[in-house]
Amino acid sequence: MKNTRREFLKLAAVSALGVGAGRLGFLGDAPAHAGALPTVANFEEGLKAKHWGMAIFSAKMTPELIEKCRTACHSEHNVPDIPGNKNIKWFWGASYEESFPTEHGHYLSEDVEHRQFPLLCNQCETPMCVKVCPTQATFQRPDGIVMMDFHRCIGCRYCMAGCPFGARSFNFQDPRPFIKHFNPQFPTRMRGVVEKCNFCAERLAVGKLPSCVEAAGGAIAFGDLADENSDVRKALREHFAIRRKPDAGTSPSVYYIL
Amino acid sequence: MYNAKYIIPGIIFFLALIFVPVAYNMGKNFEVKPELPKDQKDCIEDAQTMRDKHMQILNEWRNEAVRDGNRIYVNAKGQKYVKSLTNTCMSCHADKAKFCDRCHETVGVAPYCWDCHNLTPNQKTPIPLAAMSEAGGH
Repeated sequence: MKNTRREFLKLAAVSALGVGAGRLGFLGDAPAHAGALPTVANFEEGLKAKHWGMAIFSAKMTPELIEKCRTACHSEHNVPDIPGNKNIKWFWGASYEESFPTEHGHYLSEDVEHRQFPLLCNQCETPMCVKVCPTQATFQRPDGIVMMDFHRCIGCRYCMAGCPFGARSFNFQDPRPFIKHFNPQFPTRMRGVVEKCNFCAERLAVGKLPSCVEAAGGAIAFGDLADENSDVRKALREHFAIRRKPDAGTSPSVYYIL
Repeated sequence: MYNAKYIIPGIIFFLALIFVPVAYNMGKNFEVKPELPKDQKDCIEDAQTMRDKHMQILNEWRNEAVRDGNRIYVNAKGQKYVKSLTNTCMSCHADKAKFCDRCHETVGVAPYCWDCHNLTPNQKTPIPLAAMSEAGGH
């Protein structure tokens, strides 16, 4: 059949209507997130500390539990699930050798050798990423949290080169199509922005513990490293703990109890 | 002057050309009517302040909330609000197309807030940039 120009225009108009209708699809969406919006009262009872820190009971960390914590973190923060080497990581698991490459742990016990260690941003006391960031998009809060201001990130990736822990990921593409568990109350990111774990600063602000700590069910102690009576100091007092790559000189605030 | 018979008409033609839009819009009424939320009467500040300064307020909010961890806004009347574009602004102004876009499109600004911030705290899925390129592109 031969198409006349008139028919083509009609078809184009109908197609344009269809595309337009597709764009309006979100208008009728029902609430997806069960949690109510945080109120001013919630923010008034936010948690405060001099220096936030974390102690991980690595013996309690099974691959399943790490996966549970990872899912909790990634669905809370709209971390996209991109296959391949463009993936975004806020919380992930790795072997002893990958986690502590400077420990040279030859002849390790079977248990430790095959253990998976949960890794996340170490929220270092002297963070390399903050030193090298040219726009101060990544900065350290007075309470020790190394934060990202996504608005200021220009995507130069100096921080990724500076971080000795590989804790930062770059958005090579628009992450929105890859978000599986969506939390409408937390922003997504855009292409060309570096992102990482923020120690759940937005949860601490409403008086909640970080979502991985909550999901771990006691396998992660979290609290104020400056307070002798905090959970994290109690855990560190009673157990032997190591930090990742001490010779990098960044002093991580995340401790691993072996 | 050399070539005055070409240059002077040329300048006049050029001036006429650049003032065509000014002349075209002279005397026309500039009016935008964004759709206001039906279940709310007051915004965080009065309408005139919001019209003039919402961009400055949002800019201050983002710096204070992200960088200083100060997430509560106290308005001129002493009422408190959470500093959040999606959870505070967009939970009242649920329809971006009928509120934000009407003005932004008329004055020809394309803020890229929605590349990351969600349209409402109730939406089910993130809206990919491709569908937003007209409204939120930059």
